[in-house]
Amino acid sequence: MENPLEDVATSDLTMLQAINETLHAEMARDDRVVVLGEDVARNGGVFRATEGLFEKFGEQRVVDTPISEAVIAGATVGLAIAGLVPVAEIQFLGFSYQAMHQLAGQVARLRYRTQGRFDPSITIRAPFGGGVRTPELHSDSLEAQFANMAGLKIAMPATAADAKGLLAASIREPDPVLFLEPLRGYRGIRGDVPDGEHLVPLGVARTAREGDDIVIIAWSYQVELACRAADTLRSEGLSVRVLDLRTIVPLDIEAIATAVSHCGRAVVVQESCETGGFASEVIATISDECFWDLEAPVARVSGYDVPYPVGMLEDHYVPDEARIIAAVRHTLELA
Amino acid sequence: MTSPSNAQLREILVDMVMARTQSGRLWNLQRQGQVGTVAPIDGHEATIVAAVHALETEHDWVAPQYREPLALRRYGPEILERFMLYSLGHPAGGHIPEPIRVLPNQISLGTQIPHAVGIAWGMTLRSEPGVALVFFGDGSSSEGDFYEAGNLAGVLNAPVVMLCVNNQWAISTPVHQQTAAESFAAKAAGFGIPGIKVDGNDAAAVYDAVDEARSRALAGKGPTLVEAVIYRLGAHTTADDPTRYVPPEDLEAARRNDPILRLRSQLEELGLWDDDAQAATEAEAMDLLDKALDAAKAMPLSPDAVLDHCFSADTQRLERQRADLLEAGQREDR
Repeated sequence: MENPLEDVATSDLTMLQAINETLHAEMARDDRVVVLGEDVARNGGVFRATEGLFEKFGEQRVVDTPISEAVIAGATVGLAIAGLVPVAEIQFLGFSYQAMHQLAGQVARLRYRTQGRFDPSITIRAPFGGGVRTPELHSDSLEAQFANMAGLKIAMPATAADAKGLLAASIREPDPVLFLEPLRGYRGIRGDVPDGEHLVPLGVARTAREGDDIVIIAWSYQVELACRAADTLRSEGLSVRVLDLRTIVPLDIEAIATAVSHCGRAVVVQESCETGGFASEVIATISDECFWDLEAPVARVSGYDVPYPVGMLEDHYVPDEARIIAAVRHTLELA
Repeated sequence: MTSPSNAQLREILVDMVMARTQSGRLWNLQRQGQVGTVAPIDGHEATIVAAVHALETEHDWVAPQYREPLALRRYGPEILERFMLYSLGHPAGGHIPEPIRVLPNQISLGTQIPHAVGIAWGMTLRSEPGVALVFFGDGSSSEGDFYEAGNLAGVLNAPVVMLCVNNQWAISTPVHQQTAAESFAAKAAGFGIPGIKVDGNDAAAVYDAVDEARSRALAGKGPTLVEAVIYRLGAHTTADDPTRYVPPEDLEAARRNDPILRLRSQLEELGLWDDDAQAATEAEAMDLLDKALDAAKAMPLSPDAVLDHCFSADTQRLERQRADLLEAGQREDR
């Protein structure tokens, strides 16, 4: 497939390094950018995503807050009104429940409720997702809950290059963006990242693997697993496309319709609970846009309808390559 | 600290009388079905008006709860114009135009306190010489946002004035069921900031308190929690019947301490106010409100405005929804 990076200088980075470099670059580019959150300054973040920012940009622009998720989110509203560009970190997405009224009721609605008086140039970063044996409420995939809050954009990169391009675009975006970083991807995903300016527009999906027989639609770390599944199946002679949504809001409806119409069969993968998960939205979109091009019902690979489990059970909860492959085979076998 | 001059006190009284007159008129208009829910201002006038008269409107932000707009006249006629749009349910009611430093009403109680702290923090980062004044009630002080925001304000030394308007009632819940603290001002100790309690029916006392808090903030000495003690003389809103729970004798006593009567008698003794001034102010208030309401009713609104300003530009989904909505409208037109 075409490699869009082939003509630019790149560096081999982990997703975490790409995020850290992007924060450095955006703070250097725009002195309105301020970073706030728990342990983001001297400690450089519990995962080191904000490492070096405090030393480079100082205590005015890189601020350790009290353990107060609601006021972290709420203060971003005020900072944006005052003309700054806040980049806040919620230490784990599961802790966003303690900020939910500010995120849903205030951050997401600021532009609408003021009819465009204020540009909510707000980025909320949060790690999430399973597979690393964290304590309770550190791993939950809550993206569908946020997708149901009109006014919030949601970026969920699956590669190191996209982590850079989407984060830079999110910080420059005049709308609020929830930027979700997969825990397993911080050090588990690495790849070529363009040096210098690299922007990936929000709302444009990416074809991660070309293929004609079936498309796996995924986002964030599940794209990595979908690609492994596609590569395994390719060795058996199956042509499996992988569509990486990159952002679930805005949703690239046209890319979904194009891929599903071309392949006629689709599997949607998500880490969250099955009921009310974002896969349901993708499948409804397929039904709206290209139902008559389908050759089989669309399958869904999900977590189960239980709270995110403890470590000894999580491998039974989070979709893995085997479950994705099983869903693909099943969908291909149907008339 | 500077106390208000007699001329300032007269300006404050004009705004107080305007606010009460317009609030009464809106109450009647709500009963006629012309506007949505109204939260009467009776009893709150001295606190709100005097507090904003202690501000420098060019630099200082105001984050209201929801009862304040009629008393924010000092920030310009646009406040009333937008409040009439808001009362009709027109979306433009939430857009207070540049460069007016007033946020729209906040219905989710206490959520505006973190916003005000963020604004104040942002002003210090931008080296702007201003403060953020945030209004909230005795009831809102029980929300987590009050504690999180007050705590962060203290840690950051943010130039914010937290004004707790203690009107004794959170709809039907009296203050003794809201807190076991000896006062709302006392809660400042937990934030490591000064807390002061003032008679909110005394316009000069409120002005002094806010002026002092503002001066401290601008001098880099951080936030202040001000509790203004008043009594809600009217209903919570047009949807409320306070006779179910307000003891009549308490209300009777509070009416004798009406902030407008107090300032009127003070200014009448100084020869700065009389029945003619009162009548002229009330007439002007009615005229301004009617004109603003007429202008609001004439404001155009297209059906697909329901989709405007969700994002800076329509997403693919919103483009589809806009097309569907407009097509449905055309079908209805045919």
